[in-house]
Amino acid sequence: MIEVKDLTVRFGGVTSLNRMSVTFESGTCGLIGPNGAGKTTFFNVLSGFVRPSEGTVHAFGDDLLSIIHYRRARWGLRRTFQTEQAIEELSVYDNVALVHEHAGHSGGARRADVLEAIAFVGLDADPEAKVGTLGVGQRRLVEVARAVVGHPKLVLLDEPAAGLPDAETHALAEVIRQIPARTGALTILVDHDMSLVSGCCETTAVLDFGELIAAGPTAQVLRDERVMRAYLGTAEVA
Amino acid sequence: MVNVAGRTAGPRQPGSLLRRPGRPTVIRVAVVVVLLLFTVVALPQLIGLYYVDYLTQVAVYAMVALGLGVLVGRVGLMSLGQVAVLSVGAWSAARLLFGTSQPFPLVLVEAGLITMVLGTVLLLPALRMRGLYLALITLMLASAVYIVLLTLNFPNGGAGFSGYNGNQIHIPPIRRPSIANSDPAYFRYAVLVAVVMFALVAIHIRTRPGRAWAAIRQSEPAALAAGINTTLYKLWAVALASFVTGVAGGVLAGAVHYLYSDDFPAYTSITLLAVVLMGGAYSLWGAIVAALLMQLLPALLNNWGVSNDWLTILFGIGVVFTLTTAPRGIADQFPKDMARLGGLLLRQVRRRRPVPASASPSASASASASPSASGSVSPSASASSASSAARAAPTAASAGEGEAP
Repeated sequence: MIEVKDLTVRFGGVTSLNRMSVTFESGTCGLIGPNGAGKTTFFNVLSGFVRPSEGTVHAFGDDLLSIIHYRRARWGLRRTFQTEQAIEELSVYDNVALVHEHAGHSGGARRADVLEAIAFVGLDADPEAKVGTLGVGQRRLVEVARAVVGHPKLVLLDEPAAGLPDAETHALAEVIRQIPARTGALTILVDHDMSLVSGCCETTAVLDFGELIAAGPTAQVLRDERVMRAYLGTAEVA
Repeated sequence: MVNVAGRTAGPRQPGSLLRRPGRPTVIRVAVVVVLLLFTVVALPQLIGLYYVDYLTQVAVYAMVALGLGVLVGRVGLMSLGQVAVLSVGAWSAARLLFGTSQPFPLVLVEAGLITMVLGTVLLLPALRMRGLYLALITLMLASAVYIVLLTLNFPNGGAGFSGYNGNQIHIPPIRRPSIANSDPAYFRYAVLVAVVMFALVAIHIRTRPGRAWAAIRQSEPAALAAGINTTLYKLWAVALASFVTGVAGGVLAGAVHYLYSDDFPAYTSITLLAVVLMGGAYSLWGAIVAALLMQLLPALLNNWGVSNDWLTILFGIGVVFTLTTAPRGIADQFPKDMARLGGLLLRQVRRRRPVPASASPSASASASASPSASGSVSPSASASSASSAARAAPTAASAGEGEAP
């Protein structure tokens, strides 16, 4: 469980997150909102790339903000990026092994853990193939494999299905649904594809202009008047 | 879902240092060994002393380019101060060679370590920067080192910290190892030192630091998210590059016998960066191409009576041309071009070869059928068909689940 209290992030005169307070319990949780709502900023705070002006984040009893950014992977934080960041020059295996070795897991279990993560995401590619030679969908799966390898506690998926065709999005949804059961990690999914969010997430939080406007069971949240207004501009249209 | 056991059962074991080398690796190693044997054994016999001296410089600058390749190609740190780092290595080695009677290889290691410490400490504050700003800072540092060396001078057998005696009339030469006193022998020695340095860098690239550097080069936030201490690994790269360049400085000291501050102007680092970009910053072969461009090309032009001033223009055009047509450098592009040319020539030869009139349709049919027949029973074909089936299965299953509600 992670508890976010009064989280505020300001960039100069712009307030990207305004006193955001939310609790993500377990399983796969959605985080949605229009462009510029502050979703990626929230992920960047959790990753340690952005220092908040105010607020606290307690994850599984630990003060997450007090851990230096590169140590958070060792703590159990994993994430993917909006712009896919699998390392082109390295093989599929090395891409995943890289996270495993820097997250402090033992070398003895590395090969089995890495191959298991690759298999879990359903990546049908030679583990020794360079990521630069793979297609967009496969590279996204490499990123997800990096996010689930080892024993993560918190997995942040930032628009993992962006740019994927429907068939690959469905396959990815199946993988995302299985992450909590397979790893025991709390997974937070940011995406604009509402069918993906509603298909994967039991609960969802909604951000708009840096403020939390709704949180709760996904089906209920997606019918919320404020959420529809935030997405469509007017409640009447919905 | 793909079976883990199925993946691990093959002869190749990803992540294992003991994995069985594939055929391309064996061929690559064989080519390297043959080239190395030719360079060390035959080359000094085939060329004159004029070129042996220049080729020793090629070995030195291959190490310098190798260090710069680690910084620019592997980590993405643009340095314009590598020639200053080289001068620090040369100075340290010269001082140790004059001041002590330590064996030459030990002096090389010590010169490398001194340069490593100095280079790392100097660049420590600059590591928060990248790109143009880092290049600018390293150029400034290189200029500072050049000015210090102009004041301090290179050791020439004098006493004190600097080891320089301005009044000395007969300056003793910087000594070489006793087994490599002659120029051809010292060339061989320099090549072997370079081989050790290339092996050191190759080991780094293939292991944990190499993977971390690749991650940093691609994206620093993604590297941090993967748990990589980016500052530590950038420092590691700087330390390795400085060590290799420092050792190169030691080899240079023995090669030229006499060192002068004027031999290390700061702008030479710009030329070095240009040739490294042309040769291929990401490739180990690129470092050798860069050194050939930087040291052998001027010697050839000199021999042909062409002014070396043309090189500045040539390198300028070369960098623009390489970065626009082959961004990964000559070392990457040349084999591809050769393969393409080979394929083109092969096609031309096949087209011109007359089809034998006696060839019966049945014979040609069996000939064309045989590869596919053997392919269908080969493990690779069965594996690929199995994997495509495995690929199709989850897609169909998940698509079905996706549409069910």
